[in-house]
Amino acid sequence: MIEFRQVTKRYEQQFTALRGVSFALGRGDMAFLTGHSGAGKSTLLKLIMLMERATAGQVLVGGQALEKTPRRRIPYLRRHVGVVFQNHQLLFDRTVFDNVAMPLEVTGVAPSETGRRVRAALDKVGLLKKEQLNPISLSGGEQQRVGIARAVVNKPPLLLADEPTGNLDPTLSSEIMDLFQEFSRVGVCVLVATHDIGLIETMGQRTLELAQGELIHDGLPVALETGHG
Amino acid sequence: MAEPRQQTSRGAGSARTPLRDQFHSWFSHHRRSARDSAQRLRNTPLSSLMTGLVMGIALALPTALFLIMGSIQQIGGGWEQAGRLSVYLTPETGMERAAELAGRWSGNAAVGDVTVISRDEAMETMRSNETLSGTLGFLEDNPLPHTLVLTPDRSYREAAALEDLAERLRQATGVDQVKLDLAWLQRLNAMADVLGRATQVLSLLLVAGVVLVISNTVRLAIESRRREIIVARLVGGTDSFVRRPFLYTGVWYGALGGVLAWWLVEVAFWWLSGPVGRLAELYNSGFKLQRPGPDEVVLLLGSALVLGWLGAWWAVHRHLRAVEPD
Repeated sequence: MIEFRQVTKRYEQQFTALRGVSFALGRGDMAFLTGHSGAGKSTLLKLIMLMERATAGQVLVGGQALEKTPRRRIPYLRRHVGVVFQNHQLLFDRTVFDNVAMPLEVTGVAPSETGRRVRAALDKVGLLKKEQLNPISLSGGEQQRVGIARAVVNKPPLLLADEPTGNLDPTLSSEIMDLFQEFSRVGVCVLVATHDIGLIETMGQRTLELAQGELIHDGLPVALETGHG
Repeated sequence: MAEPRQQTSRGAGSARTPLRDQFHSWFSHHRRSARDSAQRLRNTPLSSLMTGLVMGIALALPTALFLIMGSIQQIGGGWEQAGRLSVYLTPETGMERAAELAGRWSGNAAVGDVTVISRDEAMETMRSNETLSGTLGFLEDNPLPHTLVLTPDRSYREAAALEDLAERLRQATGVDQVKLDLAWLQRLNAMADVLGRATQVLSLLLVAGVVLVISNTVRLAIESRRREIIVARLVGGTDSFVRRPFLYTGVWYGALGGVLAWWLVEVAFWWLSGPVGRLAELYNSGFKLQRPGPDEVVLLLGSALVLGWLGAWWAVHRHLRAVEPD
């Protein structure tokens, strides 16, 4: 689903955010992306979403090389990528239902079909009863789950999450992670950027670790590999 | 037998449905954008009304000027019709000579029509005028001469040809003077030209102003809906999807501005109609301010919509690209 081939991203000639990063994730794979702040996690996700373009190397999403994608094609590629944000990017001028329906509205799904799919997504995250509320009245964990419902309502083959548990307590965090794991079980490729080492260790999934823009580890969490876990 | 038929119908159905659905949802997004944009304008009635009024005033001015121009051109046309020659005979000349001249001139190729106005008829006409009737009462006898009014043939309407004709008429015996009131008509036409040009310049400036006002208003709308635009882009909204509500905002402002402009013109003309009527009466003219007819109203509303759309399009073109997720 995702493939990075010697990807480098440099900002204005001085600051190099990513240096020769290569890795690949297949359908149904789940991986964590970790590293300190400024290690390049966000940049890597932005490259996949075409919010940024690589300075050198190749990024492939769904087999398609992104560097040649013209600007007007970008929306169509984004429709195949569900994204969960740390600040969840919900709109407080509309209901939970309308927030989740946005990706469908953008794609031009028939209104009758929209209702069915939005409710399926909300059911998945356990918020079916709150569809008519304004997201501002929900708790942090619930808001994040609305964000997840919005990311998966389109049934994208690829799901990205940027610090999805950043503001949540451990119980809520592991609930969210369980959700991601479920998606990966049904064939969705999931990449979660987080610096929550404890969480990564409990999950025991493949981990990509970045340090100063370089991929320094690709495999099970270091603690588990060396037998500390 | 049953199986193939079933497959055929399912195939046709699935081929048709997505296209129809696509159209449906495209159409429904248009409808939703239009309704949503209108709703947003209604939610801030005062500021919407202000913007609408700015646009209305800016459109009402050229509209009114164009209508006034039209009215003036109509009197111009009336004068051209009446671009006539008045031949005043000498006081001694009698009615027989007048009839003879009329008979002779009506045979002339340059002359379309000749009317004889006897001195008594002329007196009658003057007496019917309120302001003159009092003065005329002091006169002992009728000082007016017989008059012949010549309407030139259509092909002799140019100024030079008329001057020429007037010169020839002057030479006939019994003719005192020939009056050809061309200068007046020429001045009126020249004035109408100046006013016309000024109207065009003013219209252009005001139209540019309208586009700028709408563009600025839509720019503010874009600013205030930044988050929404970003989310739409993140979930794969195309440029035209993101643009649509703002273009509708422009169109609604256009509609509001157009209706207000129409209303302002109607009110202003109604307010002016009394004094203008009195003025026209004093000049003995049938001049009337022409209220906007259906054609003009359609044109006004149509241009207002287009201008609103144009302003919005410009704002969207300049500012929407900058609103990208970061």
